[in-house]
Amino acid sequence: MQVSTFAAIDIGSYDVTLEIFEISKKAGIKSIDTIRHRLELGTDTYTHGKLGPKMEEELCTVLKDFVRIMKGYRVESYRAIATSSLREAENSLFILGKIRQATGLTVEILSNSEQRFLSYKAIASIESRFNKMIEKGTAVIDVDGGSIQISLFDKDALVTTQNIRMGNLRIRERLLPLKNNTANYERLAEELIRNEILSFKRMYLKDRKIENIMLIGDFITDTVFRDTEDKASRTISRSDFDAWYQNIVEHSTMELAVTMDVPVEYASLLRPSAIIYHRLIEEMGAAMIWTPGIHLARGLAYEYAEQKKLLKVKHDFENDIIMAAKNIGKRYAVNRAHIQNMEMTAMAVFDAMKRVYGLGERERLLLRIAVMLHDVGKYISMNFIAESSYNIIMSNEIIGLSHAERETIALIARYNTREMPPFEELSQETSIDTGRYLLVAELTAIVRYANSLDRSHMQKVQSIRAVLREQELRLYLEVNRDFTLEQGLIGEKADFFYEVFSVRPVLKIKRQI
Amino acid sequence: MDYDYTEYRKPEYYRNRELSWISFDERVLSEARDKNIPLFERLKFLSITASNLDEFYMIRVASLKDMVHTQYNKPDIAGMTPKEQLKAISASTHDLVAQQYRTYNRSLIPALKHINLHVVSSHEDLTKEQAAYVDEYFEENVYPVLTPMAMDSSRPFPLIRNKTLNIGALISKKEDKKTKEGKKGEGSGHLEFATVQVPAVLPRFVQLPAGEDGAHSLILLEEIIERNIGKLFLSYDVVCAHPYRIMRNADLTIDEDEAADLLIEIQKQLKKRQWGEVIRLEVEDKIDKRLLKILKTEFNIKDDDLFFIPGPLDLTFLMKMYGLEGYEAYKTPKYVPAPVPALQNDDDIFTNIRRGDILLHHPYMSFDPVVDFVRQAARDPEVLAIKQTLYRVSGNSPIIAALAQAAENGKQVSVLVELKARFDEENNIVWAKMLEKAGCHVIYGLLGLKVHSKITLVVRREEEGIRRYVHLGTGNYNDSTAKQYTDCGILTCDAKIGEDATAVFNMLSGYSEPSTWNKLVVAPIWMRNRFLHMIRMEEEHARNGQEARIVAKINSLCDQEIIAALYSASAAGVKIDLIVRGICCLITGIPGISENITVRSIVGNFLEHARIFYFYSNGNEEVYMGSADWMPRNLDKRVEIVFPVEDPQIKKEVMNILKVQLEDNMKAHVLQPDGLYVKPDRRGKTPVCAQEYFCQEAQEKAKEKKAALDKRVFIPAEPVEN
Repeated sequence: MQVSTFAAIDIGSYDVTLEIFEISKKAGIKSIDTIRHRLELGTDTYTHGKLGPKMEEELCTVLKDFVRIMKGYRVESYRAIATSSLREAENSLFILGKIRQATGLTVEILSNSEQRFLSYKAIASIESRFNKMIEKGTAVIDVDGGSIQISLFDKDALVTTQNIRMGNLRIRERLLPLKNNTANYERLAEELIRNEILSFKRMYLKDRKIENIMLIGDFITDTVFRDTEDKASRTISRSDFDAWYQNIVEHSTMELAVTMDVPVEYASLLRPSAIIYHRLIEEMGAAMIWTPGIHLARGLAYEYAEQKKLLKVKHDFENDIIMAAKNIGKRYAVNRAHIQNMEMTAMAVFDAMKRVYGLGERERLLLRIAVMLHDVGKYISMNFIAESSYNIIMSNEIIGLSHAERETIALIARYNTREMPPFEELSQETSIDTGRYLLVAELTAIVRYANSLDRSHMQKVQSIRAVLREQELRLYLEVNRDFTLEQGLIGEKADFFYEVFSVRPVLKIKRQI
Repeated sequence: MDYDYTEYRKPEYYRNRELSWISFDERVLSEARDKNIPLFERLKFLSITASNLDEFYMIRVASLKDMVHTQYNKPDIAGMTPKEQLKAISASTHDLVAQQYRTYNRSLIPALKHINLHVVSSHEDLTKEQAAYVDEYFEENVYPVLTPMAMDSSRPFPLIRNKTLNIGALISKKEDKKTKEGKKGEGSGHLEFATVQVPAVLPRFVQLPAGEDGAHSLILLEEIIERNIGKLFLSYDVVCAHPYRIMRNADLTIDEDEAADLLIEIQKQLKKRQWGEVIRLEVEDKIDKRLLKILKTEFNIKDDDLFFIPGPLDLTFLMKMYGLEGYEAYKTPKYVPAPVPALQNDDDIFTNIRRGDILLHHPYMSFDPVVDFVRQAARDPEVLAIKQTLYRVSGNSPIIAALAQAAENGKQVSVLVELKARFDEENNIVWAKMLEKAGCHVIYGLLGLKVHSKITLVVRREEEGIRRYVHLGTGNYNDSTAKQYTDCGILTCDAKIGEDATAVFNMLSGYSEPSTWNKLVVAPIWMRNRFLHMIRMEEEHARNGQEARIVAKINSLCDQEIIAALYSASAAGVKIDLIVRGICCLITGIPGISENITVRSIVGNFLEHARIFYFYSNGNEEVYMGSADWMPRNLDKRVEIVFPVEDPQIKKEVMNILKVQLEDNMKAHVLQPDGLYVKPDRRGKTPVCAQEYFCQEAQEKAKEKKAALDKRVFIPAEPVEN
């Protein structure tokens, strides 16, 4: 039997974790060792904006030891990621450099949406239970040191996902100056998060009935419910949860450390965590709480298994991304019929071009999302669509897309109606490189062209067949109405298309009778 | 039910741990007095009582003295303040020492004489030939290594090293004829103090040439020196010379917050140990009063800490005497450990462990499998990692060699070397350095915690993924003490235990502990509550009218909370049988409280060392083994592991170990309500000696297995007839 050994390193807000996995077709993903080192990187980042030299040094020492352990297990591949504590640190790039120099490890800093997508993948990897649960209204709450991520599911699909920058460590650090006022600690903490949770409720929860809550997160989450939950199902009823909450808030950090047998540093995070959970559960009124006890690292292993084709993935994650984009479009009142029509034509063009231009499935997905969101800016201003669309996309997280991918989409939306500046200019403003610049241009060309095919927003194109013949892209269209407007204005778009691909689109129109 | 043990915490329900320890040494001494035991074994037991007492003084008495110096007046669980304890200890140890020398002088020396072995107790008794031999020995061997030191106004009192044997003398300047004539009276009468260490590099006794009658004689080194002491102080008259010995405060307390590097700190402490306060002075009982006065003043010794010895000081030389050749008839025949039945085949140890858990019962069964486990792992190409805790390691340990080899073979080897193992620090540092050189990852203990657990983990890559093989034991990985200590261990590849073992080593490497343990019970965080919980469950069962029973075999019992819980359980009707080798602060037979508790101590040829815990658990009998005693230090200050015994066959065998020990009526001493230990009444009962029983059992099982294997014979086929 083929068994692969994979290591996942997660540099979190209050601990650094190495988890070793064995992956095989027969046994799936099996965690064989978890090594956790307590290191509150978040304390530095959230209070000073950067990591101090002491933390940095300790981090390198720990990672060096991790490398030794990985060697011991003869791991074939690894992925090391860092989340908000490095993401928000000013000196993060220097730190990555130092880590590489000291340990040989390449650490990626994940954007929040990538991070959450991985956690999400981790739970989706235990499929049957997850799929069953999301048939009904379900909230997935993912608390870490820096923030809370709330994702709502209903009728098998993701409704929305939002990030609130109120993690347990952040709350603890923020309330530190008031810590002598311990009598009111819960009240203060609840007040601190209440407003944000209320906004979330107003915007997204509305009248939706939430029956289940799934708590993911990390070691703290596991510890919090260690003694309360039913061991086999890892679930807690609402009444048990309330009793447990009372117990937590009535005890001091020291008492909690003693009674729950956890280190004081962890115990000090228990209360803010408990308060966050309590507030959310109260607002949502769920009856059942599930803590699958699965972490980010597992998501990394899952993704690795996916890439290496070691596992058959049943859950359609692409669909989640599309659903999330669709919901954003809905919120900004995009014209659905127009978008559907554009999707049809843009995909046909893409599919005809992809082989020659080396475009893949991921680019196709990006194009699709770009089409879906290309004119969300109209919601803000009819005159500044390009800029407004760009800003909306840049400030809306789409779970499953990396920051760079989202930026690609935002740029496509921007240059859909505005002239695309040369690379030298754009690269000063964004993190774009030449490869991505080219991708933006290619997808923009397709979006522009597809957009022009429905210039009137009347969905005249009924069907499309695209054939690439040397320098020509022949588009066989069936239209149901007079196509003069589109045909007359499309020339300019075709020029840009030619500029990018050296291929000229040629329309072959057949009018339906 | 809420458990508040206040009513069981009264001081009168507890025995002072130091006094209880002294009773243990008395039990060992009773072995030396037992005429049914071969003579040389009795010498050994007497020697053990002496070295035990030395250690007791250096650690326990020293720390009580520290408490008194720092005005710490808190009474112990038995209600005694440190001052009161010291007073009581002094009285008891004086009795113990008197008993030791009564044994030596009245029983052992005459018995030795009886077999024609004479210990010359005073050099005046030597024959002429012997005297000549001794003097020559002195000139050639002893004299060159002696360093006599004198004290006068220009030379301060010299440093006398801890535990060394010395000869103190009073000397006066010889008056040459001139002064004698000139200034009469001056010079004589002015006494100076001089001292010389009996060199530790030389054997403590010297065998004298056999006499005409074939009698063998020994003389102690200090007698040889005393006889020739005049040669050391040539221009002086030696007025008197007597041996003496001191004990210093040697408690190794390290301020770990300040010790950046534990290793350096321990090396420093070792040097300091020679300088500690003097807490005991032993002198020959016929010592000159003037000499004694000087010693008492210089060492600042009170009468309570002064011992007049009617015989040779430091009886540990008897252990060396035990090693004399030619007296095998007076020793218990050397026991050869039996092979482990489950391993009596040609398969490698990992294959054998995969067949099922394997119980090891040392020294009845061989310790080799434990060494082989590491040794085979070191060579096996599929093994990825070996992790082990080492507490007290023997010199030239084959385990150390195997670990070093494994590291050289590219395996990941992590070794936790506990530097704080009492008196073994120097030893440990040497090994630790060697392992590090070989490429092992060496962890030098934990700040504030002693790592006492005995666990070895081998990670092996197999077809289905990695598999973990674990050895868990009650004794140290020390192949030489494994021949004398009774210990239990298991070899297993249970996945849950493997996971826990991995977590233990992650924790010991400084990483966070797991949120829960599958099977292991780990101190200092989780163990106390777990034991209390198990005791309470029995109590609850008893209250519900169900059968309830606890059997625990441990080395020491002195944790107040555990004892209170046992009292409470006993009061509720739980039947509790304890097999406690050493200290036991629990008092049996307190009406309404501990009438359901029995305590026995087994002192035999082997040192009882295994810790086994049994709970009836309403019929779902639970058995645990491990490294922890029921002492505060085991539960709160150490990393200890207790593991469940789950394999039904092994469980049965371990329960049988407890059963046989409870039936022992040869080597058992039963604790009486008054604190005395008495041997059980054997009248009308079959004599049972647990240690002998286990020896026989192990041999028989190995033989059975071998016979079964031998029976397998290949039968050649008959030629086919046409």
